Amino acid sequence: MSLSGRDKTIVKSFWDKIGSRSADIGAEALGRMLRVFPQTKTYFAHWSDLGPDSPQVRKHGSVIMAAVGEAIGKIDDLTGALSSLSELHAFKLRVDPANFRILAHNLIVVIASYFPADFTPEAHVSFDKFLMRLAFALSERYR
Amino acid sequence: MVEWTDFERATIADIFSKMKYEVVGPAALSRCLVVYPWTQRYFGNFGNLYNAAAIMGNPMVAKHGTTILHGLDRAVKNMDNIKSEYAELSVLHSEKLHVDPDNFRLLSDCLTIVVAGSLGKEFNGDVQAAFQKFLAVVVNSLGRQYH
Repeated sequence: MSLSGRDKTIVKSFWDKIGSRSADIGAEALGRMLRVFPQTKTYFAHWSDLGPDSPQVRKHGSVIMAAVGEAIGKIDDLTGALSSLSELHAFKLRVDPANFRILAHNLIVVIASYFPADFTPEAHVSFDKFLMRLAFALSERYR
Repeated sequence: MVEWTDFERATIADIFSKMKYEVVGPAALSRCLVVYPWTQRYFGNFGNLYNAAAIMGNPMVAKHGTTILHGLDRAVKNMDNIKSEYAELSVLHSEKLHVDPDNFRLLSDCLTIVVAGSLGKEFNGDVQAAFQKFLAVVVNSLGRQYH
């Protein structure tokens, strides 16, 4: 399910639309993931506060979204762009890659709630494909 | 048996009491057919599903989306017995319709996203958790009679 030219255009222009709200979106998506899929909390046992207003959650959500933004800038070579992050997740963090899908779902839920009119099914399918490719690139170094 | 908190029961009742079935049902099913196009395999006799615009405007899709959403009403009314409520429907989807049960999850994800879009800020983390738990139980019940 590789990204067509159209997918890439749609993802880039939606990212521009998201603009400065990306940090909020990332924070909210991470917070929702921890709340709705509590098994994901197992990776953050070292944080003192896993609630939606936790400063640790907010900070990490914006870190994640910054990485997503960088990946969009290098959308033609996601594997290369995410190589070192993939190594980090594979060898140091050892996050089960199934969780990337869970976070992607929550990102989409938040985007849909922030942009109900703009997040049409066409925008949704391109974004979903992109996030799946991103997850795949992030799991590239696992084995 | 599934344990429901008072908050979860109230949240599910509230969401469905305000639900615009003729809007949300078609939106969820058509979104599923666009975002996960392999799901179109079950709708060969629905006419034109050629592109997103055709799917979104297809009256058979719209009607079926409403039907599916109303299918959740029985679970809303009997949250303590969802498994037995859907036993027959599960057999139907397995033996007659031959639907891969993974599709129930795809549709429930699309429904969650459509409801998030329509409720906005009201669809906070706690509400989402209740809604997704409810849908997960329904999805599980629908897949239960497969063998």
